[in-house]
Amino acid sequence: MAKEYEVVIGLEVHVELATKTKIFCGCSTAFGGAPNTHTCPVCTGMPGSLPVLNKQVVEYAMAVGVATNCEITRHGKFDRKNYFYPDNPQNYQISQLYLPICRNGYVEIETENGTKKIGIHEIHMEEDAGKLIHDEWDDVSLVDYNRSGVPLIEIVSEPDMRSAEEVIAYLEKLRMLIQYLGASDCKLQEGSMRADVNLSLREKGTTEFGTRTEMKNLNSFTAITHAIKGEIERQSDLLEAGEKVVQETRRWDDTKGESYAMRSKEDAQDYRYFPDPDLIPIDISEEWLEKVKASQPEFRDAKKKRYAEEFGLPEYDIDQITSEKALADIFEATTAICNQPKKVSNWLMVETMRLLNAHEMDASDIKFSAKHLADLIGLVDQKIINQPVAKEIFEHMFTDDVDPVAYVEEHGLKQESDEGALKAVVEKVMADNPKSVADYRGGKEKAIGALVGQTMKAMGGKADPAVVTKLLKELL
Amino acid sequence: MDNASCRVLWEAICDNRKEPTMANVISDETIEYVGILAKLELDDAQKEQAKKDLAEMLDYIDELSELDTSAVEPMSHVHPTCNFFREDVVTNGDDRENILKNAPEEKEGAFVVPKTFD
Ligand SMILES: [Zn+2]
Repeated sequence: MAKEYEVVIGLEVHVELATKTKIFCGCSTAFGGAPNTHTCPVCTGMPGSLPVLNKQVVEYAMAVGVATNCEITRHGKFDRKNYFYPDNPQNYQISQLYLPICRNGYVEIETENGTKKIGIHEIHMEEDAGKLIHDEWDDVSLVDYNRSGVPLIEIVSEPDMRSAEEVIAYLEKLRMLIQYLGASDCKLQEGSMRADVNLSLREKGTTEFGTRTEMKNLNSFTAITHAIKGEIERQSDLLEAGEKVVQETRRWDDTKGESYAMRSKEDAQDYRYFPDPDLIPIDISEEWLEKVKASQPEFRDAKKKRYAEEFGLPEYDIDQITSEKALADIFEATTAICNQPKKVSNWLMVETMRLLNAHEMDASDIKFSAKHLADLIGLVDQKIINQPVAKEIFEHMFTDDVDPVAYVEEHGLKQESDEGALKAVVEKVMADNPKSVADYRGGKEKAIGALVGQTMKAMGGKADPAVVTKLLKELL
Repeated sequence: MDNASCRVLWEAICDNRKEPTMANVISDETIEYVGILAKLELDDAQKEQAKKDLAEMLDYIDELSELDTSAVEPMSHVHPTCNFFREDVVTNGDDRENILKNAPEEKEGAFVVPKTFD
């Protein structure tokens, strides 16, 4: 008889911090540089070079710790994690083992059974490694150290999650907290947020943990969900067959939908950590901690509540426009100018989202300014342009941040709302479309739509549809 | 730990130094394992020498345990200072040409290393 298993999941989440420079040297963290153009003796591990800690890294790490209800370690230091691999030029990674900067926190996630606390064991600061490129022509690998020394925090959860849904909710919660803090953009696809999943099974009702595996290479929420489902199946098949789960690191291949055991980075997982003698200890004063606490922003949950109270927006709208900090920012800035929260929200939810998807862009890449969006809404409100024309202008705002007021002038897009001017056009349309006229008069009210459409067409789209409808009704 | 207590501890160590007792024995498995970790291939003679050297080092360190350190606070760092930071400002430009002079071999702006798999 098949046993019933409970799945136990803990996560190690690496987040790349949004600093301008690396953690221990003044090299840029900018993306896209040619190989090794953002390097120096420190981040290429040259003997005799001396690392100096970037203060902003400590502040971001503290801020994330405060946001996740952690205790902040007041006296901290860095340790060396020793291993040989070409992406790690020092032959050790500078990390924190003994005194991680944050400990014993939690975040709350919403599940179908209500609110659940997911414990955070610790958050530590460390440096990223370089990038290995496999040369197609020669039998060698090439190393680019531009990412070497980019600051990371690793957030280690307690094994508190019991399903893929909880894992996604936890990751989404972390992503939102950190993005709202401005500590990282948290893009899974681009690797600024990476999650390793530790998963084990145990028989329902037992308390002892089973043997766990660690799953790597998960760069989307869908890949994470697939990998968890795949691993639950693999482990339960093993246990059902009376075999043992081997503790190992596995790599998920999302296109094949299966995982395989990774060749271990070294022959033994023995990192021989010891305190880094090159780095000076960190003492976090009460004053410094209070300053970081005081500068915590309004987070998503608080914003959601406020948007409902202050703007009376529907829950669906609020959910959409707070799903990325950049959207919430532009919503607030635009609403502050035009005081039309629902209209601003509509532009963001419908047209902005559509164009972001079409251009495969993130909300943080939005170019148009709050002022221009407010102007566009004003143009429609004042009936200077109609909605279809506004949509057309918005596409240009989206790609080039054009000024909608100037654009309307330059392209002669003002709509005609003068009844006198429109009357002649409406009369001609009626004369040209006797069938629609007859249908309407015969009781088919919908036939008016065709006549409105024809009038708009005759006007090159630049007519006020409300005035056109009114005129038609009068003349019919 | 401040300088004064450092001194006390050091004097205590000096006073207590004795001839090595060779209490530690490094096994063949241990020297094999340490060799793997250090990525060193040692021949038999080198292994025997390394076993002897490591045992002596451990004996020397063991002398510390003869001291009463119950009143000494654990030391996390040798420097009697803290909070030495950099501001988050880019100070390094593109120095690739010089950096790559440290590479055993260079190709397309990158360090060339033996073929390595993830
Ligand atoms: Zn550097």
